[in-house]
Amino acid sequence: MAWEFDNDRPIYAQILEYIMVDIVSGKYNPGDKLPSVRELAQTAAVNPNTMQKALTELERMGMVHTERTAGRYITEDLEKIQRARLNIAKKHAVVFIKKMKELGYSKTEINDLLQKHIELWEAEVNG
Amino acid sequence: MDNIIWECEKLSKRYGKKVALDGIDLRLEKGKIIGLLGPNGSGKTTLIKLSNGLLAPSRGKIRIDGHNIGVETKKVVSYLPERTYLEDGLKVYQIVELFQDFYEDFDASVAYDMLKDLKINPELRLRTLSKGTKEKVQLILVMSRRAKLYMLDEPIGGVDPAARDYILETIIKNYNPEASIVISTHLIHDIETILEDVVFIQDGHILLHKSVDEIREEEGKSIDEYFREVYRC
Repeated sequence: MAWEFDNDRPIYAQILEYIMVDIVSGKYNPGDKLPSVRELAQTAAVNPNTMQKALTELERMGMVHTERTAGRYITEDLEKIQRARLNIAKKHAVVFIKKMKELGYSKTEINDLLQKHIELWEAEVNG
Repeated sequence: MDNIIWECEKLSKRYGKKVALDGIDLRLEKGKIIGLLGPNGSGKTTLIKLSNGLLAPSRGKIRIDGHNIGVETKKVVSYLPERTYLEDGLKVYQIVELFQDFYEDFDASVAYDMLKDLKINPELRLRTLSKGTKEKVQLILVMSRRAKLYMLDEPIGGVDPAARDYILETIIKNYNPEASIVISTHLIHDIETILEDVVFIQDGHILLHKSVDEIREEEGKSIDEYFREVYRC
């Protein structure tokens, strides 16, 4: 299944975000080996050079590192992973708040709405 | 100079009074998947035919891997024409054998693997296959060569979406970092993510030659959207 990409941003940046989410959500564990560029490119159905560019950027950010010829590994710096996770969550939160403000919701209303929907969602997930 | 696989200089092609290519200069790098994009009649097929020696330029020249068009370039270019040229009376495996005899760099095991993946029986005669299946056979043959440059003229025009996904996957899987692939198409949306660079061509002129991510960054649009804007009638 190919990955879905937005039209208005570079593909490499979106690949980077996909892999970041896989790292911070625990799909990859700290110290795990990443699949090869070719395998990742095939899974995502993207150009291998574009995949390479995303990985180079992740490396520059310190989220992955290269072991000479052995391949790429996820960082074992747990604090770094937690910081990245918080940053992604914050971004989602800000987008949500902006949209709610656009709709004219107050702070209390947003809180109440969130509270209610978290409960509904949990009830649904837990059957 | 060394990382250029394909280049042309002041290249022109006329058909009688009609100018198909009007003095273009273009250089394509090694190790890239490049989209040759333009509406019908823009000069895409002419450019590819000139590259494969099926047409002679009216002016200017093309060099591939440092050679003028001829025996040396045919050895390194794997070409998928717009129309099928395969003998209808032959069975699929006979065509595979033909390619094996014809091209030093042809790998029959790759071809048979792909035929199997796409559930095409090598014992069948080409005549009995659907149009889409014939196109798949032809693409398999072309991608089974270990070429330096693949030139695919509208490779996904007639195939169904599942086969298209398989074809794109095949292109990525068989990708050799040294080789380049030129794909001409007007169905940009389907192949956008596997392209690294794009060349826009119109009325025999090169409008633009850039990387996909550069265009997305600068324009805030997909190549498909940008293409529609550039070529709006």
